[in-house]
Amino acid sequence: MPEFRNVGEVRGLRSTAYGFMAFLYLPIIILILYSFNSGSLVMVWSGFGLNWYAKAFGNADIQRAALNSLIVATVATALATVIATLAALVMTRGGPFRGRGASLTMISLPLMVPEIVTAVAMLIVFAGTGLSLGLGNVIIAHVTFCIPFAFMPIRARLEGMDTTLEQASADLYGSDWATFRYVTLPILMPGILAGAMLSFVISLDDFIITMMVAGAGSTTLPVYIYSMIRQGVTPEVNAVSSLLLLASVLLVTLYWLVTRNRAAATA
Amino acid sequence: MLHRQRDFAEAMSPDPTMERKTAIDVAGVVKRFGHGPAAVVALKDVSLAIRDNEFFTLLGPSGCGKTTLLRILAGFEAVSEGAVSLYGENIAGLPANRRSVNTVFQHYALFPHMTVAENVAYGPQRLGRPVKEIAETVARMLQLVKMEKFAERRPAQLSGGQQQRVALARALAPHPKVLLLDEPLSALDLKLRQAMRAELKQLQRATGITFVFVTHDQEEALSMSDRIAVMSEGEVQQIGTPTEIYEYPANRFVASFIGDANFIVAQIDGITGGMAKCRSVRGLSFTLAAAPGGKPGDKVTLFLRPEKVRIEAPGDAGLAGMIQTMEYLGQSIFYQVDIGEDSPLIVAGRNRDDGGTPYKTGDRVSLVIGADALRMLVA
Ligand SMILES: Nc1ncnc2c1ncn2[C@@H]1O[C@H](COP(=O)(O)OP(=O)(O)O)[C@@H](O)[C@H]1O
Ligand SMILES: [Mg+2]
Repeated sequence: MPEFRNVGEVRGLRSTAYGFMAFLYLPIIILILYSFNSGSLVMVWSGFGLNWYAKAFGNADIQRAALNSLIVATVATALATVIATLAALVMTRGGPFRGRGASLTMISLPLMVPEIVTAVAMLIVFAGTGLSLGLGNVIIAHVTFCIPFAFMPIRARLEGMDTTLEQASADLYGSDWATFRYVTLPILMPGILAGAMLSFVISLDDFIITMMVAGAGSTTLPVYIYSMIRQGVTPEVNAVSSLLLLASVLLVTLYWLVTRNRAAATA
Repeated sequence: MLHRQRDFAEAMSPDPTMERKTAIDVAGVVKRFGHGPAAVVALKDVSLAIRDNEFFTLLGPSGCGKTTLLRILAGFEAVSEGAVSLYGENIAGLPANRRSVNTVFQHYALFPHMTVAENVAYGPQRLGRPVKEIAETVARMLQLVKMEKFAERRPAQLSGGQQQRVALARALAPHPKVLLLDEPLSALDLKLRQAMRAELKQLQRATGITFVFVTHDQEEALSMSDRIAVMSEGEVQQIGTPTEIYEYPANRFVASFIGDANFIVAQIDGITGGMAKCRSVRGLSFTLAAAPGGKPGDKVTLFLRPEKVRIEAPGDAGLAGMIQTMEYLGQSIFYQVDIGEDSPLIVAGRNRDDGGTPYKTGDRVSLVIGADALRMLVA
């Protein structure tokens, strides 16, 4: 008889786990700590100060890049979420149709394609067609890679949803539209929110693809941070990075709160 | 003797039924799932007429096609062949949301994101009823199912029995012509189930809506229905009142599915004046009313309910036997009595005033079978 053993009792597991956590988070913690360094040397602590934050906020280039990032993430998320919702509805409620399996693979494929390949492909498309919409190009590129991220939680929610609810709506004189509006959509909402938040975060911190397709004036925050580093790392980079991290953490927390409340209401 | 059946039906119902309007007419309906040789035939040529204002039950074992028939009536499935009409109107092409038919789903299918009141209001809202009227309907329906106090709760905050009531109220709120109920009591515990039987029956009388009730529980069917259609493997075996079905089963399936039954295989020796003399395989002889179409030489099955046999001390009258086993169930006692046939006869005795079980295993007894208790099944 194999004896039951708690995995936590495996020798060395605990210390390995702590070591791994430290490896993951220590650099980030140090990055945040040094963003509060008052001196101008990155790795020499010379006292607490918010001067680098003040400088970052006052930097017009950073302001422009941050605004670009927000515009791109917002528009790309909105488009990707709508497209992903429609795709998920067809996949789970559209019945069997020719090419269903292929479509499913196509939607999720960008998750597996190396990002640099997507980036180069995008660049070729824009160069080849001569499409030059400034920030529009960046948005188009972001929509393409955000769709699968938005799609996954929406599809999961739809597949977990009891189809007899939609039948009950039809039984109670609901038209197709009323059924979607009053039954499917409200129940699907946590999935849609999850998909939207996920794609917003993914868009916000994308670097490789944006780097390739962004022309002058379409620089986003991650791309701008990279250009700053090339001129030497100053605590200002730390401050901007910390702010970007804060935005991501806030979004994820918001998502968590929203889905938790929703789950409690609909469980 | 078979005429008694008709007499009984007439005595039981106030008007001689045939005059009543037909609510639902199912004519030659076939339902196949899939195509070609791999197709599952869920319904094979089902025909039945459900009358206006009737509590009609579809009864049969799991997988016999009850849900499929109900889903066809609701509009969730199309027929492969045949026709369905609702109050004389062919509804074959009518989508579910345009049929004046509402369903109580087996697992209720309440909208989880809406309150009880919002659930009940859903149907009237989709029908575009005025706001004031909807509020009144919701209040009346919740009162009808005794759920007024729970109007602002969500389904997840209700017990199974309460959800059941909300599902009923929601389906009744648009005042449909026909209410379809798919095993609505199966998820409740025994006591609640028994209480709900009376309530459902009461609700049907109070609303005057035609109920089509699906169940695999024969007791449920017998206790609530005006008429029952017994189904097996996609076919209707018999349609009749609970009494007709129990007393005069059309065939062996119906006889054994509803209640307990003894079957004795026999051959008709001769018929005089409607009475047949039959001889069993082991040579026991019985005289009973001949089934229509029965002729001498025919192989028939004789059928006898356990409670229609009286056990007496051994004597000249009746069938001699020996008690093989007995099963004490409190209210009744089931004896298996060896009468020399292949299988023993099951006899039910009632618990008596003196609480006694006068017979025990091994006792020799005499079985007295009432003149009209033994029935002949042709199939
Ligand atoms: N959508 C379906 N696809 C294939 N077979 C089905 C489908 N629905 C029902 N069936 C089959 O039809 C038969 C009758 O099913 P059902 O009407 O659910 O029976 P019941 O409600 O009496 O238990 C079963 O053999 C079942 O497997
Ligand atoms: Mg069923």
